[in-house]
Amino acid sequence: MIDILMDKILTIGLEHFLILSGTLFFIGLFAVLAKKNVIAVLMGIEIMFSAVNINLVAFNRYTAAGTALTGHVFAIFVIALAAAEVAVGLALIISIYRQRTSTDVQDYDWLKW
Amino acid sequence: MAMAAMFYLIAFITLGSALMMVINKNIFHSALLMLVSFVGVAAVYILLHADFLAAVQVLVYAGAITVFIIFGIMFTMKGDPKKTNPFSKNAIPAAVLLLLFIVINAVTVVITVWPLSNLNPPETTVRAIADLMLSKYVVGFEVTAVLLLTAMVGAIVIVKGVKKSS
Repeated sequence: MIDILMDKILTIGLEHFLILSGTLFFIGLFAVLAKKNVIAVLMGIEIMFSAVNINLVAFNRYTAAGTALTGHVFAIFVIALAAAEVAVGLALIISIYRQRTSTDVQDYDWLKW
Repeated sequence: MAMAAMFYLIAFITLGSALMMVINKNIFHSALLMLVSFVGVAAVYILLHADFLAAVQVLVYAGAITVFIIFGIMFTMKGDPKKTNPFSKNAIPAAVLLLLFIVINAVTVVITVWPLSNLNPPETTVRAIADLMLSKYVVGFEVTAVLLLTAMVGAIVIVKGVKKSS
């Protein structure tokens, strides 16, 4: 029993990468939910993007190895989207900062009534 | 065995720096720890035999996105730097909930039976990625190019503001 468990822990497979990427994703989600500064929230979103990319590449490596690299292509598209997202997100933050002089998410309450 | 040692070292660095990024009270230090986490993810790609993606990860995430974020921090920072990145009031419920999610995710991954393939991964991936991207996924490639251009122009317009037409 303990031998099987040690073998599972020491031979790195798909499960290890999935648990790593899932944990990284939830750390990023924790930054999004628990931080006050809106730039910290954006940083959490970037961590979540890179965690998702690990997932795509790990599935491509372990379930479709040697056949196609669709997961890699998909990951490249996700990276391009992340770059576009951070540019627009920071532009919005700087534009709002000019009016509110604050980066606190609690102060971004125009739509609250 | 060597693979396992490398994996656990890289996983420890990646997850540890991501967690320190969330906990740190200084937003600039958070940005630097995010950079460490991105480089750790690039190392994970190398473990997965994705050489091109590792290079792209270092270029785009560790290079471009971190610089973007640091410029954003410089534009908006004021007051004491040690208090620029506080937790909001729902930090503790969020921590409990996400700890639960991490456990659920790990248990689900372990008990699921995955359809693994026994083939070896290719030595280099650049040529295969280029073939796929410019043949089967060429529409997505072009749409992504247009999207990047639109996002950059949109970001400039949002920051600069629009002149009133007289």
